[in-house]
Amino acid sequence: MDIHEYQAKEILAKFGVAVPAGALAYSPEQAAYRARELGGDRWIVKAQVHAGGRGKAGGVKLCNSEHDIHEATEGMFGRKIVTHQTGAEGKGIYRVYVEAAVAFNREIYLGFVLDRSSQRVMIVASSEGGMEIEEISASRPDSIVRSTVEPAVGLQEFQAREIAYKLGIPAALTQQMVRTLQGCYRAFRDLDATMVEINPLVITADNRILALDAKMTFDTNALFRHPQIAELRDKSQEDPRESRAADRGLAYIGLSGNIGCIVNGAGLAMATMDTIKLAGGEPANFLDIGGGATPERVAKAFRLVMSDKNVQAVLVNIFAGINRCDWVAEGVVQALRAEPVDVPVIVRLSGTNVEEGQKILAQSGLPIIRANTLMEAAERAVIAWKNDRKQLMRAV
Amino acid sequence: MSIFLDRTSRVVVQGITGRMAQFHTKEMLDYGTQVVAGVVPGKGGETVMGIPVFNTMKEAVEATSCDTSLVFVPPPFAADSIMEAADGGIRYCVCITDGIPAQDMIRVKRYMMRYPRERRMVLTGPNCAGTISPGKALLGIMPGHIYLQGNVGIVSRSGTLGYEAAQQLKDRGIGISTSVGIGGDPINGSSFRDILERFETDPDTHIVCMIGEIGGPQEAEAAEYIQNHMSKPVIAYIAGLTAPKGRTMGHAGAIISAFGESASEKVEILTAAGVTVAENPSVIGETVAKVMAKRAA
Repeated sequence: MDIHEYQAKEILAKFGVAVPAGALAYSPEQAAYRARELGGDRWIVKAQVHAGGRGKAGGVKLCNSEHDIHEATEGMFGRKIVTHQTGAEGKGIYRVYVEAAVAFNREIYLGFVLDRSSQRVMIVASSEGGMEIEEISASRPDSIVRSTVEPAVGLQEFQAREIAYKLGIPAALTQQMVRTLQGCYRAFRDLDATMVEINPLVITADNRILALDAKMTFDTNALFRHPQIAELRDKSQEDPRESRAADRGLAYIGLSGNIGCIVNGAGLAMATMDTIKLAGGEPANFLDIGGGATPERVAKAFRLVMSDKNVQAVLVNIFAGINRCDWVAEGVVQALRAEPVDVPVIVRLSGTNVEEGQKILAQSGLPIIRANTLMEAAERAVIAWKNDRKQLMRAV
Repeated sequence: MSIFLDRTSRVVVQGITGRMAQFHTKEMLDYGTQVVAGVVPGKGGETVMGIPVFNTMKEAVEATSCDTSLVFVPPPFAADSIMEAADGGIRYCVCITDGIPAQDMIRVKRYMMRYPRERRMVLTGPNCAGTISPGKALLGIMPGHIYLQGNVGIVSRSGTLGYEAAQQLKDRGIGISTSVGIGGDPINGSSFRDILERFETDPDTHIVCMIGEIGGPQEAEAAEYIQNHMSKPVIAYIAGLTAPKGRTMGHAGAIISAFGESASEKVEILTAAGVTVAENPSVIGETVAKVMAKRAA
C-alpha cells in the first residue's frame, strides 16, 4: 500500500529524519494561506499523488509569492497528472503540499527495500541523487552503495557510518547521516514497510541533512497490526474497479485489452492472460477468484469483469481440484442466468469430473463456448472477440 | 525414493481444529498419509477425527514421534508456529497460509539458521499448495488424484499451474516422483535452487519440470545452478509475459521490480542455461514428454 509524500515525511520525522517545514492544502486559497503561515519568500508546491515523476509532469512548482502559489495550485487541483508510473489515465490531484524552499549543495539517493536474494532489508544509496534509481544504475552504477541488515540485531552504527563515508558525506555530518539511516530503518521495521525511498536526501547550504522527498510503501499483509497506517489508504489514487474488487476479496488488475478473464489461482490467471496474447488477443484484466470458485464468487467476478466497457468476450478458466468441475459448471450457469452477459463467454474447465462439467454447460441452453485446453480457449476467445461467431460455431 | 515425503513420514497438523485444516486433514488421511498429531494452543487433550491434539509442538513430537508438519495457522500467528516447529525438532514443514507479513518471514528464516545444518528444519511455502509424493504421501491442499506416480519432479510457485502440469502429465500417462509448491510469497522457505538440488540427487527423479513466474531472482538463480551443477534435464514454464511492471499479480511475490524479473527476461536466462522452456501452459505436458523421449533415444 502506498501513501503520500507528506504522510511519509510525517512518519519519518517521528523516527528522527529531518524534513523541511511544510503544510497540506486542499484548495488554492488554503495553499496560499499555508505558505504565509510557513513564512519565508520561496516555496515549493507539490501535487500529492501516488506516483513518481511528478516534477517532469508539472506536479512540482517553485513559487515566489502567495499569488504564484494560488496560480500554480489552481492549475493542479482536480487535474489528472500523467507520469511514466501512472499509466495513461493518470492520477487525480486532490491534495497539495506546500514546503519552504531549501537551498542545497548536494543530492543523495537513499532507498530501503526487501531484498529477495538475501531475504533481508537492503539499503541502497548513491551519491547521485535526484535521478531515479533505474537511471542511476544505468548511468552511474559505480556510485551505488549497498548494505544488508542482519534482522536479529538491526542496522548497526558502523554500517551506517560505512555508508556515510562511501557517499562522501562531510565528517561533521556523519552523525546526522547515521541518525537518518537508523531512523529510516526503524520506521521500515516497526511499521512493516516494503519500501522507504528518500530522493533526494540533500545537504543544505547551511549544512544540514534533509529529506526533500519521501516515499513509503507498506506490506498489505501486515496492515492488521498497523491500523494507523491502514487509515492512510487513499482510494482516490486507486483504480476504482481494483478497489471494489479488493474490498470483495478478489485480486483484480485492469488492463487495456478486450478479453476479460476469470480464473482461479494467480499463476493460472497470469498464464491465461499470456495465452490470450499468444493467440493474438489482448487480456482486459487479471482476476484471481481464489480456490473456492463458488457460484457467488463466479457471479461477482462476472459483474466485475463486465464493468469494464472494453470487454468484448469473457474467458473463464477454472482448474477444479478439490472442487469438482460439475460443481464449478453449475456455478457458471447460475451466475450467467442471474446476470446475463451480452458478450461471448468461453469456458474451459479442467480437473475432477470434467466430462460432467462439460455436460452441464452444454445442456444449460446458454450460449457458452466450450474448450478443452487453455490454448484452445484463448484461440476461441480471440475469434469470438473478432466477432466472427459463425466461423466459431462451425469450429465447435 | 522421493524427496521430503514418503510412506514413513509422520505428520502433525498445526491448527488442525480449523475448518480448512480439518477438511484437508481428512483428504490427507484418505490418501494414506500418516497424520498422527495436531497442535493447537489451548486445545491440548482434544481429538480431531481420532487424532490427538497437543498444546505444544514439543509435546506432540514426544508423544507421537512426528517429524513432518503442515501449518494451517492464520497469518498473524503463522510465523510463530513455523518457528515452534523448527524448535520442536520437525524435519520438514510445509506452510499453506497465505498473507504472512514479509518481515515475519525474514525473522523465521533468520531463526531457522540458529540450528546446525543437520538439525535444521526444511521449510517450503508459505502461500503454497503443499508437497506430494504420489502413491506415498500428500502434505497440503492439492487434489491427490491428478498425480500419477513416476519420475518427473515438479517444482512450482503457483498452486493451480502445478495442478495443470500434473494433470497434463497424467493425461499422457506420465507420473511424478514428488511435486513441491514453493509458494507465491517474496520471502519463502525454499527456493527453486534448493528444490532442484534435492531432485538432482534423488534417484527416482529423472527429469524436472519447473514452473516460475514474474518477480524475484529465484528463476535466474536456478538457471545458474542448472547450467553448472545439474545433470538431469529441466523443462520450465514462466507465467506473466503480459503482466505490467510494478503491479502485484495476485501472489505477493509476483511483481516486476528489478531488471531480470520479467517473464521474457527469465525465459531468456533459462533458455541460455540449457532449459527447455514451454511457450504456453497448454504444452507443459507435451514438452516434458518430448524431452523424455529424446532422453530415452
